[in-house]
Amino acid sequence: MKKILMVTVAMATAVMAFSQTTIEFWHAMGGKNGEVTEKIVSLFNQSQNDYKVVPVFKGSYPDTMNAGIAAFRAGNAPAILQVYEVGTATMMAAKGAIKPVYQLMQEQNEPFDPKAYIPTITGYYSTTKGEMLSMPFNSSTAVMYYNKDAFKKAGLDPNSPPKTWPEFFTVARKLKAAGYDAGFTTNWISWIQLENFSAWHNLPFGTKANGFDGLDTELVFNGPVQVKHFENLYQASKEGVFKYGGRENKANSLFTSGAVPLHFESIGGYGAMKATCKFDFGVAMLPYYPEVKGAPQNSIIGGASLWVMNQKDQRAYKAVAKFFSFLSKPEIQAMWHQETGYLPITKAAYELTKSQGYYKDNPGPEIAIKELLNKDPTENTLGLRFGFMPQIRTIEDEQWESILDGKVTPKQGLDEMVRLGNIKLREFERISK
Amino acid sequence: MTKQYEFHNRGLPYLLVLPQMIIIFVFFFWPAFQALIQSLYIQDAFGLSLIFVGLENYQKLFQDPLYLDSILLSFKFAIAVAFTAMVIALFLAVQANKKIVGRTIYTTMLVWPYAVATLIAGVLWMFLFNPTVGIVSWVLKQMGYDWNFLVKADQAFFLVTLASSWKQISYNFVFFIAGLQNVPTSLIEAAAIDGGGPFTRFWRIVFPLLSPTTFYLLIMNLVYAFFETFPIIHQVTSGGPNQATNILVYKVYKDGVINLDLGTSAAESVVLMLIVVGLSVLQFRFLERKVEY
Repeated sequence: MKKILMVTVAMATAVMAFSQTTIEFWHAMGGKNGEVTEKIVSLFNQSQNDYKVVPVFKGSYPDTMNAGIAAFRAGNAPAILQVYEVGTATMMAAKGAIKPVYQLMQEQNEPFDPKAYIPTITGYYSTTKGEMLSMPFNSSTAVMYYNKDAFKKAGLDPNSPPKTWPEFFTVARKLKAAGYDAGFTTNWISWIQLENFSAWHNLPFGTKANGFDGLDTELVFNGPVQVKHFENLYQASKEGVFKYGGRENKANSLFTSGAVPLHFESIGGYGAMKATCKFDFGVAMLPYYPEVKGAPQNSIIGGASLWVMNQKDQRAYKAVAKFFSFLSKPEIQAMWHQETGYLPITKAAYELTKSQGYYKDNPGPEIAIKELLNKDPTENTLGLRFGFMPQIRTIEDEQWESILDGKVTPKQGLDEMVRLGNIKLREFERISK
Repeated sequence: MTKQYEFHNRGLPYLLVLPQMIIIFVFFFWPAFQALIQSLYIQDAFGLSLIFVGLENYQKLFQDPLYLDSILLSFKFAIAVAFTAMVIALFLAVQANKKIVGRTIYTTMLVWPYAVATLIAGVLWMFLFNPTVGIVSWVLKQMGYDWNFLVKADQAFFLVTLASSWKQISYNFVFFIAGLQNVPTSLIEAAAIDGGGPFTRFWRIVFPLLSPTTFYLLIMNLVYAFFETFPIIHQVTSGGPNQATNILVYKVYKDGVINLDLGTSAAESVVLMLIVVGLSVLQFRFLERKVEY
């Protein structure tokens, strides 16, 4: 009798497990962001019984991407893989490995309106025809952070941060004169001072709509405006007004320690700034050169998106579609936005957050959204799509360091970045055909 | 008469070495073979397109001035690390080998850094020398020295060499002190009776007798500098400024793992493999002959 009961129970569980489709979601969200990711997934799992998403933390962005690729090569790719923005071209080129999101939503008859999303965010992950290839997940953009206490100390108005680059350099020199180590620093020379800088001035970063229109794109970010900007940065560095803090986000400690009062960083770092800075700080839009026609345009994003990997089981696609719909809900997006500092991907989530009064105490994130929405994006400002992008960014960092060391002039450095970067683009074009 | 053991079961010895052979095959030969094959192709990250290009990846490498610089840099770095770590370790070992109070404590303390993970060692040195918050940078600044290894190539090279050597000193120290204890006291006493001062005794007796240890350590240190310093480079400089600390092993990582350029990365790792094979051959040939003295 007991045996029969056990068998029945076992069979019942098997049936239940069978009817529920389980998919894996590999991500690179550690710490607080990882907690919120898991929370959203478990909310989805609780909201229905047919599908179960299993989140798996795979380490850093490159680690996660490599794990996904290795799994694909071994024939058991996860259904959802989080890939950082610079991996976009690699994923796109892998046509036999991925399922475009717009196609997936169509096939699964999942209500899906691309217009509900913020265009500068989805644009980065869409074709030029507006077909969304991957689902934006954590998106950020570059903003200026400034130390309000330092502004007061230097006799500047803490409520009017500099708007243009000429104003900015004047303010930075005043702050340096007021006794600070330097006037300003910056993270991500590549992403902020070149990629976002070019978009903000509506200048092309590469031909073929920044690579959106084809693999035969070429880098063109060594134009006169960028050269002039780099000359100004170099000049400021020579005077000690600019202080280089290292690659990627290594300059943060210069700002958070109070040593340098102006800084450029992702809005994704807003929460961390709030937790570490012992002074009052503000967030402002990126400065621009007023003589450049059309500036300021709009900034571009950084962060990562979710790619759907080809699956053998059709039900897995259904599960992904349902999960993506859930993820796009305003209340989920608003929660994600408020708890992590990353930007909401839909306009509705932005409106909801606004109505909840969140921006009254946290004006920073709203400034980032306004920067992205500043104007309708042009072909120069939808985003970037270049293969071997991590390598191109390294080339930029390297040449930039040579410029700072006075080994090459800013113009020579930028020309060399473009030359070496184009070699990489040709290599990528060749392997992606 | 030495007693001879015979295995009556012919298969047993093979069976006993089998696990080790499997491990070597799976973790060494197979990947090495794969790297060799991959270096002859170019392919996208997912392996969806695979184009045979023969030796083109190698050709590209050796025509790239940046890669040639990196080879030169790796040798410079390896020699600098091996030299620094060995000279300091030998000096410390000789001092610790003297009859001094607290010798065991002294010895134990010197071995400690070896227990520190390489990555942690990198973090430690990075903080000490960090241009903003580092205590050493602060002292240097007070002395009027412009320390910023994020921009200055020489300083970055100096820093990673120092950090990598520090980690290796303990390892060398252990071998040197063991070597020193094997030097027969009678020889040293005889030399002393013949009128040799401490300096002569060291260079004419001790140092030559240590040469097998020294040679072994030289090879180990070079291999260490070529491969195991990766976490330090990764943590402290990421290969910068510009390419000042971009050694071969770091390039393999960047091209393969970050950029997913598998053909280039495979060719780079084959070159690295050849360098290490060369070093090992050197080691065996010389150690077999016992370094002459």
